[in-house]
Amino acid sequence: MATPEGLLYSKTHEWVRVVDDVAEIGITDHAQAELGDVVYLDLPEVGRALAYDEIFGAVESVKAVSDLYSPLSGEVIEVNAEATSATDLVNSDPYGQGWMVRLKMTQPDELQQLLDAEQYGAFAAESAH
Amino acid sequence: MSEGTMSTCLVDEHRTLGARMVPFAGWNMPVQYKGIIEETQAVRNHAGAFDISHMGRLIVSGRGAAAFLDALTTNHVAALEVGHGHYSMLTNEAGGIIDDIIVYRIGQDEFLVVVNASNAEKDLTWLRQHAGAEVEIADQSGATGMVAVQGPDALEAAGSVLGRALGGLPRFGVAFYEWRQAHVTVCRTGYTGEDGVEVIVPVAVAPLFWRALLAAGVVPCGLGARDALRVEAGYPLYGHEIDDEHGPVGAMLMWAVCMDKGDFVGRGAIAAARQEAPKERLVGLVASGRVVPRQGYTLWSADECVGTVTSGAFTPTRGCGIAMGYVRPPHHVKGGCVQMDVRGQRHELRVIPKKELLLPKGAPAA
Repeated sequence: MATPEGLLYSKTHEWVRVVDDVAEIGITDHAQAELGDVVYLDLPEVGRALAYDEIFGAVESVKAVSDLYSPLSGEVIEVNAEATSATDLVNSDPYGQGWMVRLKMTQPDELQQLLDAEQYGAFAAESAH
Repeated sequence: MSEGTMSTCLVDEHRTLGARMVPFAGWNMPVQYKGIIEETQAVRNHAGAFDISHMGRLIVSGRGAAAFLDALTTNHVAALEVGHGHYSMLTNEAGGIIDDIIVYRIGQDEFLVVVNASNAEKDLTWLRQHAGAEVEIADQSGATGMVAVQGPDALEAAGSVLGRALGGLPRFGVAFYEWRQAHVTVCRTGYTGEDGVEVIVPVAVAPLFWRALLAAGVVPCGLGARDALRVEAGYPLYGHEIDDEHGPVGAMLMWAVCMDKGDFVGRGAIAAARQEAPKERLVGLVASGRVVPRQGYTLWSADECVGTVTSGAFTPTRGCGIAMGYVRPPHHVKGGCVQMDVRGQRHELRVIPKKELLLPKGAPAA
């Protein structure tokens, strides 16, 4: 299970990549492996304001549907249309081409509540069993 | 893992193969090995093996066995020749479906009855409650394992392992062979919409049989693929399309009910349901996009709720979501459209007969 350094992670298995005041968000390698083949992404419209821990969409695999929780507050400024049409990118490249939304952060302090790679790795290993 | 979860005689094989295990109907079962879509396609294009040892296997025997089964099941048992089987149902007095089953006549006065894992105890209790002195019921489930080999190459692969040509076995036929000094039952049945066999083997040789199939190129497949394949094939599953409150009329299963054979439990209620205007019909549904319908999603026509999804799947052949569901007339008519509510959004579904969910091989994807 890949858990790259330099990203931040939520306990609901989203990852966050911060560039200035923009946060790129996707689901972790652990989450995509648990879900299996992803076939549908239900992502928000550009312009929607998200609150911390708000459900902003859903990821559907062949066997299950899982809600997406916003790890941060902010406004959706971009949605990954490529991943919406080629959903297998979420499985094959969860931290790269499989990203889901980009948020303009409104409460950057919330970043401090997120886990680092080592903490998330331990959390995911524990929640797997 | 919850207490009391049972494992099949093939559990070590699944672990060795790195399967993802899940609890299902009280059993610890493999949901997938490599991936559900890959396994689904292996069965459609080649051959897949499923551990179905969790299903119940009962032997009903004795001079009164045929009459006993005819009084409790919907299809015509007395008409079965030795070596043949049929799809059937146990129905209650209200005409609801206790379980769907396959009955094989393995001797003049001996029948093999294969039942759902989730209903095995309920069925056994029901049968024993109704059995008279001339009927014996033995549960052979614990002493044996059961493997389904399904797909266009399944007969050849299973035949090469067993050292027999299986092509002569008719659809729903049953035959017995010796394999590794063990007694093996081969049924030409399945739950995938593909040709194939379901093989009952004693526990002692079940792992050997499983490994021999894999060595012959058969792909191990889990419950995830099994469910997707049966939805594609339009086959009902107890707890989804059928249950004790739903009868064969609405579920479009009257082809497995013999109304002329004499009385059986549930016959009166089924006959009455046939005379009434239908309240709901089980149909096939095709999504316009990749959203996957799930059991319990509601179906709408404008502001009117007209039905419910009972099972859904993603079908790789069409590249979209498909489902079965109960729809109230007149919305059940082929070619009509209903709207499915998914998290507050409406998605359009096209109504088709459930038998048409699976595209014929080589058909252009619509």
